[in-house]
Amino acid sequence: MELTAQAGSLSAITSAREVKEPGNRALGVGLEARGVHAWFGDKHVLSGVSLDFWPGTVTALIGPSGCGKSTFIRTLNRMHEFIPGAAMAGDVLLNGEDIYAPGVDVTKIRLKVGMVFQKPNPFPSMTIAENVLAGLKLAQLKSENKDDLLEECLERAGLWSEVKDRLNTHGGALSGGQQQRLCIARSLAVRPQVLLMDEPCSALDPGSTLRIEETISHLTSSVTIIIVTHNMQQAARVSDYTAFFLSDGGPGQMIEVGSTNEIFSRPKDKRTENYVTGRFG
Amino acid sequence: MSTVTAQIMPKPSKPWAASPLDRAKTGGIFLAAVLASFAVVASTPLKGKLAYILVFFAAYIMIDFASTFIKVGRQGAVDAVFRAVVTMAIAIAVTPIISILITVWLRGHKGLHIGLFTTDMRSTAYTDPINQGGLLHAIIGTFLLVFFAMIISVPIGILTAIYLTEIRGKFTRPISFLVQAMSGVPSIVAGLFIYAAILLPLTKKLNGIEGSLALAILMIPTVARMSEEVLKLIPSDLREAGVALGGTQWRSVAMVVVPAARSGLITAVILGIARVAGETAPLLLLTGGSGSKNYNMFKDSMGSLPNYIWQCFATGTPESITRAWAGILVLLVIVVVLFAAARTLGNRKVGKK
Ligand SMILES: Nc1ncnc2c1ncn2[C@@H]1O[C@H](COP(=O)(O)OP(=O)(O)O)[C@@H](O)[C@H]1O
Ligand SMILES: [Mg+2]
Repeated sequence: MELTAQAGSLSAITSAREVKEPGNRALGVGLEARGVHAWFGDKHVLSGVSLDFWPGTVTALIGPSGCGKSTFIRTLNRMHEFIPGAAMAGDVLLNGEDIYAPGVDVTKIRLKVGMVFQKPNPFPSMTIAENVLAGLKLAQLKSENKDDLLEECLERAGLWSEVKDRLNTHGGALSGGQQQRLCIARSLAVRPQVLLMDEPCSALDPGSTLRIEETISHLTSSVTIIIVTHNMQQAARVSDYTAFFLSDGGPGQMIEVGSTNEIFSRPKDKRTENYVTGRFG
Repeated sequence: MSTVTAQIMPKPSKPWAASPLDRAKTGGIFLAAVLASFAVVASTPLKGKLAYILVFFAAYIMIDFASTFIKVGRQGAVDAVFRAVVTMAIAIAVTPIISILITVWLRGHKGLHIGLFTTDMRSTAYTDPINQGGLLHAIIGTFLLVFFAMIISVPIGILTAIYLTEIRGKFTRPISFLVQAMSGVPSIVAGLFIYAAILLPLTKKLNGIEGSLALAILMIPTVARMSEEVLKLIPSDLREAGVALGGTQWRSVAMVVVPAARSGLITAVILGIARVAGETAPLLLLTGGSGSKNYNMFKDSMGSLPNYIWQCFATGTPESITRAWAGILVLLVIVVVLFAAARTLGNRKVGKK
């Protein structure tokens, strides 16, 4: 009874949301993965994932731990190769161009496809303001008006009102939720086209989690968001599309993808249904 | 939003790895820089090995910068220069080490013979033909001296580190300062200290343990400082988790923190050993040298490799100098073997079999 109650509440959340059609389809898919596989050494951890991420949408990746969600999103901005022994196959296209093609400048890719990590990681040696603008320095970008950019990014991350009086203090003194929003502001400052978020709320309290979810809703007009989450309610609340990943002991696979409402109210695959209703094991 | 199941299993690939073309380019730049160094040395007053090397480095960096600049622009080119400079710094750092190894081998291998490891110098003079006598006594002596120094200094060093990082008592700051200052103590001072504190007033004789004590004085700060750094790297969550399970601080340090830091602590001990294995001055002062085997740390002077090497050089005939180089070679091999053994011990991952 309880299980169905949970499923019921999830689809109630999702059907209350208006389903967001992918923005202007004429502009094309922003980011697409084509048959992506990933390995760590000899261990095949991700098999044949193909997904489109349309501009202006939020896609949630759900699935049990260890099924390759983090690995998958790290292939989308070429962070996967950071790990020694990592290998991959398949294509990732950003605005139609293969990001793994020879001669592609990987720093430009990571500039366009930003990332927010699971644990808030503001740079400890920098003040709040320096943290937000760190990307400009790291990537040697020019900015006309740094103060405006600072305010805009903190505003979009929902943090401005809380820190505007102490921009020159260190970020470490903020709460976990504030630190995570600071990290979001930091990744917005370089104006990414896509933002990858790997369980951005798993280290945060419910209040901070809600604030971040609000932040995500505000961002979608300008940024494509891909968020990994273990929280079904969160996926239901923030995402337009949901993809379910699963590993049956072997490499992780994407079992099903669809509009979030579909996945939570009438999934096609039995395994998806078991997972979203909590009947998983 | 479509799901395409891959019919065929693709091969793992690393699109980010350097392609053969990239490698050929690097090779080309390398060759061009070598040619440039020859050309410059031939056509200008610059002369000597140093000139070749300097011109080569400068040429390499310039060509590398220019070619990356054309390909990916200024930022990428600066990155390439950064990488080239780091690589060259490593080359410069490694060159003296390699050249020492080569020199030691070239001069020392002539003095190698099987008798080195089976006989001592009891009835042989340093000036005798080199195939007579051996340095078994010195090897035994060095092992004993270092072993006892280790027995004394490792517990003290690691416990000091635990005091500094885990107990964090009132004296943490002064002790931390003292340990740092002590790592700069010259070996002869450690030797003189034991000489004045033990040899002169008490024993009035040379023996092994006095040498070991002096070596221990040199080893303690190295072991303590390295261990302190290693223990500091253990996240405090781990300590809290141990204590939160109801462990006393001592149990949680012994069961959780120290095992987590094991490989680093082993490295600390090795660095300590490496610091003292070749020490000569305190041994000359306290342990002396002897041509015959001595297993008793508490009685009579004791041979050691550094002492053997020093005496052979001091004797100054061609035979004795060859002996000295052979001794250096053996000492070096022992140190390298120690390093390798401890490295493999330390590298076994914590948490894996
Ligand atoms: N750095 C790594 N080295 C080796 N294996 C890894 C590494 N990171 C992750 N894995 C393995 O890859 C699989 C997928 O991990 P991950 O992508 O982190 O899963 P998820 O984010 O869905 O929990 C897991 O089996 C994990 O053990
Ligand atoms: Mg993960």
